[in-house]
Amino acid sequence: MKSVTSGTPGKPRLTTSAMIASIAAEGQKTKPAPFGHALVELARSRPEVVGLTADLGKYTDLHIFAKQFPDRYYQMGMAEQLLYGAASGMAAEGFMPFATTYAVFASRRAYDFIHQTIAEEDRNVKIVCALPGLTSGYGPSHQAAEDLALFRAMPNMTVIDPCDAHEIEQIVPAIAAHHGPVYMRLLRGQVPLVLDEYNYQFSLGRASLIRDGQDVLIISSGIMTMRALEAAKELAGDSVDVAVLHVPTIKPLDHGAILREAAKPCRLVVVAENHTIIGGLGEAIAALLMRSGVHPAFRQIALPDEFLAAGALTTLHDRYGISTAEVTRQIKGWLR
Amino acid sequence: MFTSSLVNAPSLSQRARNIRRNALRMGEVQGQGYIAQALDISDVLAVAYFHAMRYRPEEPTWEDRDRFLLSNGHYAIALYAALIEAGIIPEVELETYGFDESRLPMSGMTSYTPGMEMSGGSLGLGLSIAVGMGLGLKRKGSKSRVFTLFSDGELDEGSKWEAMMSAAHHKLDNLIAIIDVNNQQADGPSKQMMGFEPLVDKLEAFGWFVRRVDGNDLDAVVAAFDATISHPEPQPRIIIADTLMGKGVPFLEQREKNHFIRVEAHEWKLALAELDAGDRS
Repeated sequence: MKSVTSGTPGKPRLTTSAMIASIAAEGQKTKPAPFGHALVELARSRPEVVGLTADLGKYTDLHIFAKQFPDRYYQMGMAEQLLYGAASGMAAEGFMPFATTYAVFASRRAYDFIHQTIAEEDRNVKIVCALPGLTSGYGPSHQAAEDLALFRAMPNMTVIDPCDAHEIEQIVPAIAAHHGPVYMRLLRGQVPLVLDEYNYQFSLGRASLIRDGQDVLIISSGIMTMRALEAAKELAGDSVDVAVLHVPTIKPLDHGAILREAAKPCRLVVVAENHTIIGGLGEAIAALLMRSGVHPAFRQIALPDEFLAAGALTTLHDRYGISTAEVTRQIKGWLR
Repeated sequence: MFTSSLVNAPSLSQRARNIRRNALRMGEVQGQGYIAQALDISDVLAVAYFHAMRYRPEEPTWEDRDRFLLSNGHYAIALYAALIEAGIIPEVELETYGFDESRLPMSGMTSYTPGMEMSGGSLGLGLSIAVGMGLGLKRKGSKSRVFTLFSDGELDEGSKWEAMMSAAHHKLDNLIAIIDVNNQQADGPSKQMMGFEPLVDKLEAFGWFVRRVDGNDLDAVVAAFDATISHPEPQPRIIIADTLMGKGVPFLEQREKNHFIRVEAHEWKLALAELDAGDRS
């Protein structure tokens, strides 16, 4: 059954299956359009940076760049295969295209173009895509539950899943410093600000222990690191001590940090990702641990292998187990 | 424009003959290859490489060169044959065609071969890359042009039409596309797979400057290149080249038309002999 309704009398019924909704919680600290502003900052000193989009400039925060550098902004129309083929051509001429659309269209519609014209040809194109995983309530057409699996499987592709505005600001110059194709999941609009409190520094290819703990190790990427940190605070109230290892670079994976943390004794290892349970961070880490002979108690928090429902994002995050409350509840259940 | 310092520079027909010869010799090395296509497009490649394009054989990545994007990667045998004739690939490498570790794989890929500007094979990619290169060259203020060759079968791919619209929208007058209309794709005659006529009307309606010629008539092909290069309007341009598969080797011209024609082991020498005989007659 696909319908998402709240039948509880007296409880407000959420019906917004909006295409774009902020993932920020009510009252949460946010920053507007961190990608757009960071790209403008980068482009001031890097004249080879150009911006391309397929009719989603406003919805990928690229309009900020377009306003500042109108002659370096290329509107390619609603044609994603063209977008990435043309980005390859511009990169071949020495430019560094940041080419944006929604994650579903890059990963599902333009996959072969990215595979052949960007990854195989090793073009310096940055593929930056909004609505990753389950960040739209609009239904499967706009829910890129499998984007990480698809791009992980592509040779020569660096894959990044940022947590918040603070991290996105650091990722933009970091991926520009890296020559080669990059797929970056984008959080756009009012983006939560979380990691600034932890004195966090992004480093390409590096996982980062955001907090330490004795009982549970959550290994997470993207917005699930935000959820993991919130869950850790709640679990602390129940005397459960939770460590959070943030893995923003899905590929190449930071084997050293993951093995080091997962090998510490007597901790439940939980991998949490805003992605289908198939082929994402969880399975990548499971395989790494198996190959390396590290065998902790292991659980996954991820989206189910099914077409997800339309509905309000908060409802859907609860339903599919990736809200803070559901992360907390599941971990408690596993510790019982 | 390519200029030869030789006083007695080979004629275009000699160039075309040599390209066909190189392709047949590669076909013989492997006992197979998309040889009928190579033979049909040799005249176009001779005009492109020895009349129209600017490049430096000794410096394949020369910044001011004209770019050539081979979208139909299976025509690699033809482009290698032209690149050998142009001096970009040494002739001795012809013997390595299709072998392990060769720079000349069956399908064209940019990381393998000097002068191969894109990785084709998955049909329909080239024109989109050409749009990006055209935009990039304009952004740099470059006078270089982007040539891209694709085949009529690729017109089935929707992405080609995205790129057609885009090139006209961006007024890419530095983009010159060439369609090889040999009316043959994998499953049969192209026009029976998905009809694409009237092609001139379609492309003109899409905002392109169009020239349609017999792609095996060297004078007509030269005129088409000249017209597309000198056309003054700010629009992309395209040469529709109607060609005959197997051109230049009569017994292959007459062979039952197939995307991948069979040539028996003893026939390669015969094909070379017929090619040479035709050139003398």
